[in-house]
Amino acid sequence: MAARTLFDKLWDAHVVRPETDATPAILYVDLHLIHEVTSPQAFAELRARGLTVRRPERTLATLDHSTPTTPHDDLGQPVYASEEAAAQVAELERNCAEFGIRLNGWDSEHRGIVHVIGPELGATQPGMTIVCGDSHTSTHGAFGALAFGIGTTEVGHVFATQCLLQQKPKSLAIHVDGALPAGVGAKDLILHVIGKIGVNGGTGHVIEYRGEAIRALSMDERMTVCNMSIEAGARAGLIAPDETTFAYLKGRPLAPQGAAWDRAVDAWKTLRSDDGATYDREVRIDARAVRPTVTYGTHPGMAIALDAPVPAAASLQERRALDYMRVEAGRPVAGMPVDVVFVGSCTNSRIGDLRDAADVLRGRRLDPRVRMLVVPGSVAIKREAEREGLDQVFRAAGAEWREPGCSMCIAMNGDLAQPGQLVVSTSNRNFEGRQGPGARTVLASPAVAAASAVAGVVASPQSLSQQPLSQEQAA
Amino acid sequence: MTAVTHVRSRTAVLAHENIDTDRIIPARFLTTTERAGLGRYAFNDWRWRADGTPNPEFVLNQPMARGCEILVAGRNFGCGSSREHAPWALVDYGFRAVLSSEIADIFRNNALKNGLLAVVLSEAEHRYLLDHPGIELAIDVAAQTIELPDGGRFTFALDPFAKHCLIAGVDQLGFLVGHERDIARFEQAREAA
Ligand code: SF4
Repeated sequence: MAARTLFDKLWDAHVVRPETDATPAILYVDLHLIHEVTSPQAFAELRARGLTVRRPERTLATLDHSTPTTPHDDLGQPVYASEEAAAQVAELERNCAEFGIRLNGWDSEHRGIVHVIGPELGATQPGMTIVCGDSHTSTHGAFGALAFGIGTTEVGHVFATQCLLQQKPKSLAIHVDGALPAGVGAKDLILHVIGKIGVNGGTGHVIEYRGEAIRALSMDERMTVCNMSIEAGARAGLIAPDETTFAYLKGRPLAPQGAAWDRAVDAWKTLRSDDGATYDREVRIDARAVRPTVTYGTHPGMAIALDAPVPAAASLQERRALDYMRVEAGRPVAGMPVDVVFVGSCTNSRIGDLRDAADVLRGRRLDPRVRMLVVPGSVAIKREAEREGLDQVFRAAGAEWREPGCSMCIAMNGDLAQPGQLVVSTSNRNFEGRQGPGARTVLASPAVAAASAVAGVVASPQSLSQQPLSQEQAA
Repeated sequence: MTAVTHVRSRTAVLAHENIDTDRIIPARFLTTTERAGLGRYAFNDWRWRADGTPNPEFVLNQPMARGCEILVAGRNFGCGSSREHAPWALVDYGFRAVLSSEIADIFRNNALKNGLLAVVLSEAEHRYLLDHPGIELAIDVAAQTIELPDGGRFTFALDPFAKHCLIAGVDQLGFLVGHERDIARFEQAREAA
């Protein structure tokens, strides 16, 4: 057989019926993740047609988008931002009960952001096809799974048939050569990549991230990279599974156990692009050139090194973006006054991210003008962080330690910034109004976000020159 | 789904590039569990001022945009979130077709499944439409053509299956359900392996 890419292998293994001149391929879905926002209309469609969920055991639900990140009230009830939000959650609870779907609801140790809990449970595995009514489903590609976002109509298709109609996307290899410099992480890398290839640089393609710098990343970091594939317009992002992947998955609740585990690992080891496989496009990135990177405009492609001058607007569009952001061409983003810092989202809410932020904050205090929210990706991550004492570090610094959820990434649960406020955010979208009408977003890594909270202006951890205060001084 | 065979209308032009689905419908309106009635939120934060009155500067609030069923949008329309609420809002608002030089993958998929014709044109054709807002176009889905007032004609590509569904006014689920035996066979073969 001809040399195939990882993407080819994943695709081929899931074709139920090949593409014809008249019809797209029918592609089988191994794991369907759902949440409260993009599923209700699909369940309604099922009911209207008298259909049922074909494989409820391949479906996993959670509550994340419209859920509050504040503690429950005195009666032990969540305090929703609106009656509609409460009704939406109640509807998912009802739908899951009726159709026999496992819901990681309010009482679950694994409730959390849908793209955080899939991997955490070991439900996300190499070789799978994974879909969700959510564009950041690309996150799961970090495990060598073909994972992509779908619309609600397609959520209904998967419910009813466990399949989707798909045309095969093209392939794009992004080779990241060399090693990332010290103090530069996965978020800097992916912002740098999107800055290079553009917000439409991956449209119509599945990206495979390859090379030394990618192999060196932890699973948390690989997820950060794959997560933002969609911000380059790509259908999905992929990283070939390796020992790092297997070590992460071993022993997770839904991962294979015992002899099944050994068989699975043997199969997973074949999931790599063959030597000599060709891609529709290839891009090379030099990891050594990546510096702490942030966005300066209103889409993730407007990304630049933190201390580099913002380029002059090349179009009316960019002019508007700079005006909206109140950014001046020729000056760096570093130094802009900050109102809010958000550490969270499916891009950067895992334990490694929280450790990165806490490392910067330990023994330091927030600038008094800054409000900082730290929102872990799942209940399990929250517990782990508390075991490690990270919550104490955040609280001592003056940050808010919240309950898990999407929170200020999408600002539909009541966590939002005010018009004009500048948010340094570890999330993935800096669109106008994404974090509240009129709010301005600078996307950054957890370390840069934490440093900015301390400095009161956008800043790198390296620029916080003074030694952290001793514990007594900080108290 | 109602059939879409022809769209004949003046164009409304939103030249901004990279109009994301948060822009088409902000997330705070996604707590709905319905598909209907989202048209009033289409381009909400451009269309309405903070006090709830229409923003007269915004293209769609201007008299010449009234009744337009064809939206000509800047490059990379519909990027970002996969929310199908975006095409639902546009259809409910009254649009039947969106034309651009580039349309984000998930949005285009979602649009076509909701009777919103999403058409990608060449840069030059796109530029012409951006430069001539408000002209009357006649789109013929079966012929895959767009007729201009001066007699000129653009042709466009359209996935044959999406085209079939649009013209027949059927959705795609029936086709999938019709392949139940193939799906069952696939599952059995995998379980046996
Ligand atoms: S954290 Fe943000 S990007 Fe991720 S699933 Fe939630 S809303 Fe979407």
